[in-house]
Amino acid sequence: MPYKKFCLVCSGKQCASGQSEEIYKELKKLTMEKGICQDVQIVRTGCFGLCSKGPIVKILPDETFYVNVGVKDARAIIDEHIIAGQPVENLMLRHENPAKESRFYQKQVRIALRNCGIINPEDITEYIARDGYAALSMALFEMEPKDIIEELKKSGLRGRGGAGFPTWMKWKFTHDIRDQADEIFIICNADEGDPGAYMDRSILEGDPQSVLEAMALAGYACGSSMGYIYIRAEYPLAIERLYKAMDQAREYGLLGKNILGSGFDFDIEIRLGAGAFVCGEETALIASIEGERGMPRPRPPFPAVKGLWGKPTVINNVETYANIPKIILRGGDWFSRIGTEKSKGTKVFALTGKINNSGLVEVPMGTTLREIIYDVGGGIPNGKAFKAAQTGGPSGGVITAEHLDTPIDYETLGALGSMMGSGGMIVMDEDDCIVDVTKFYLDFSVDESCGKCAPCRIGGRKMYNILRKITMGKGTMEHIQQLRALAVPMQKASLCGLGQSAPNPILSTLRYFEEEYLAHIRDHRCPAGVCKALVTYTINPDICIGCTVCSRKCPNNCITGERKKPHVIDQDNCIKCGICYEGCKFGAVQIA
Amino acid sequence: MGMSREELRLLREKKRLELHEGKDSENRIEILIGMGSSGIASGAKDILKTLSETLKERGINNAMIRKTGSLGLDHAEPTLEIKMSGMPDIIYGKVTSDVARRIVDRHILGRELVCGHVFDKPAQDVVKEPEHAI
Repeated sequence: MPYKKFCLVCSGKQCASGQSEEIYKELKKLTMEKGICQDVQIVRTGCFGLCSKGPIVKILPDETFYVNVGVKDARAIIDEHIIAGQPVENLMLRHENPAKESRFYQKQVRIALRNCGIINPEDITEYIARDGYAALSMALFEMEPKDIIEELKKSGLRGRGGAGFPTWMKWKFTHDIRDQADEIFIICNADEGDPGAYMDRSILEGDPQSVLEAMALAGYACGSSMGYIYIRAEYPLAIERLYKAMDQAREYGLLGKNILGSGFDFDIEIRLGAGAFVCGEETALIASIEGERGMPRPRPPFPAVKGLWGKPTVINNVETYANIPKIILRGGDWFSRIGTEKSKGTKVFALTGKINNSGLVEVPMGTTLREIIYDVGGGIPNGKAFKAAQTGGPSGGVITAEHLDTPIDYETLGALGSMMGSGGMIVMDEDDCIVDVTKFYLDFSVDESCGKCAPCRIGGRKMYNILRKITMGKGTMEHIQQLRALAVPMQKASLCGLGQSAPNPILSTLRYFEEEYLAHIRDHRCPAGVCKALVTYTINPDICIGCTVCSRKCPNNCITGERKKPHVIDQDNCIKCGICYEGCKFGAVQIA
Repeated sequence: MGMSREELRLLREKKRLELHEGKDSENRIEILIGMGSSGIASGAKDILKTLSETLKERGINNAMIRKTGSLGLDHAEPTLEIKMSGMPDIIYGKVTSDVARRIVDRHILGRELVCGHVFDKPAQDVVKEPEHAI
């Protein structure tokens, strides 16, 4: 006889500390006692998220979700729910504010990622089965171009690539001058370059048709018949699936001439980028498509007026496009009900770094950092303390523990000195050195600077060199002033967003972690123990049991000591690789 | 082959029915395997191979394997989702070849869940949900 019910006990790391193992055993014991172990299977699972409300028990197929479950609650779950079929009301998840919260326990709402992991991206009919091309078909036959823009305006959708410019305005600029132009272009910016961000890749790999449909919608709204997708060659799988998707869309008459017999023509071509970060900047991207060197030019004129080959051009990011078919289909009002006052809808974040459940998460705007990190992301591994989250990549900054409860949207992140950016979110714990991380971002920006304008080319290099000196213990107090002094002109005088925002990581970390900079400069100390030049490894003789693991692992043979007696590191020869520190099971190797 | 608006609508209904029937029909098993970059990097191609071989060895010929993009559960890749009648839809993560074989033997044949590898759906399906749900 197959099981009638399944009782899932969340056994993620945090739940394990909250007695999920005891609950599992108790549930097992009770099913034996009651003689129902043939009817219900008790199952240990991976982390379910919502760890702050753990331990969690979920009953399938009823989809009942129990939170804060204790060992004593096991009997109620078995007696009332499994045997009598009555859910245990007082264990069910309750929202603090039922009017505001979704009725689901999941914190995620997936609009841009609605099809990712659900459909076969290489089969257009699966996309069509899930309302694919319904928005385009409705638009072509029932809506005027201005109606589409009106719907986008109502939705409040803003660009998901970084700056957060209202999408409808971009479209409207081009729409309004469409009669004066002989040609208009639609571009999809798939040149995703922020370290740690990969939502665009995932959307193109998991649901390429949604982007094609949205580009066709943009074409219809703005009077264009030609679109380009600019994607980096480093995304071979996304490119392969895009080509297949385009071929199928043409085969079904959803791209090309006379789409669905409406008389509207629209086709798309792919242009491959070589992976320069600056080509994600729209004017540099346009130059690259034109076959020029990928360098930005001053704006205005904006691409909406004078873009690709001097023609009006609408350019949006992958995630922005992925939202659009759903907005058109369900209406801008529906979308605008999700999110905060000025930031509507959802945002996809790529959650990486020191986090248990790394991956792509899509949450309504206004979700707090705490909810993202602890409820969706499952918290920080090994019980370490949260230090900061970096958002916005090399253009952004850090959010610290004191702002864990700030609702995240474009405005709040800006006010905190960071930015939304494309949605990379790198979580740092107490073991990460803030100066070292900032140096990493500056290194990135210096490397990716196209060199066209002096503030970015020279200023970035200067700032990077100062950070390098600080991490090597050669910093002076003047360096802090110099960093601040360099940042302002760079922000004001650089030609494009890359240079203007490159000092942001420095300003943001100086704002919240000046003490840590000072520890490097004044005390020649790296509190996190990351900057090699400032770290000394020593063995605490009271803890060391003389197991000899460190001396055997030391690549420079500079740890000596007899078996079962405390070992010693020869500081003159220590290369500070940290292998002894990582290898010691007793915590005897210490960082000073 | 250009389609008319009506043909698109008919195609949608036909395909929807096909996918929907697949779920309810007594003898069809659907296996979704995440084949985004992160899934493939974690070994999804090997899992796909093991799955098809094991299904063949066990003489299961009513299982349909569908390759999808990434669910976003990158920490738990490779991921699989099993949909079959009489069982709730289940997402499995951290699937190794050994786990894949256990999924065939225990979940598909034995109709029980494989301990330690069950993961939760990250979100409700916004396409299926009724109006005003959010």
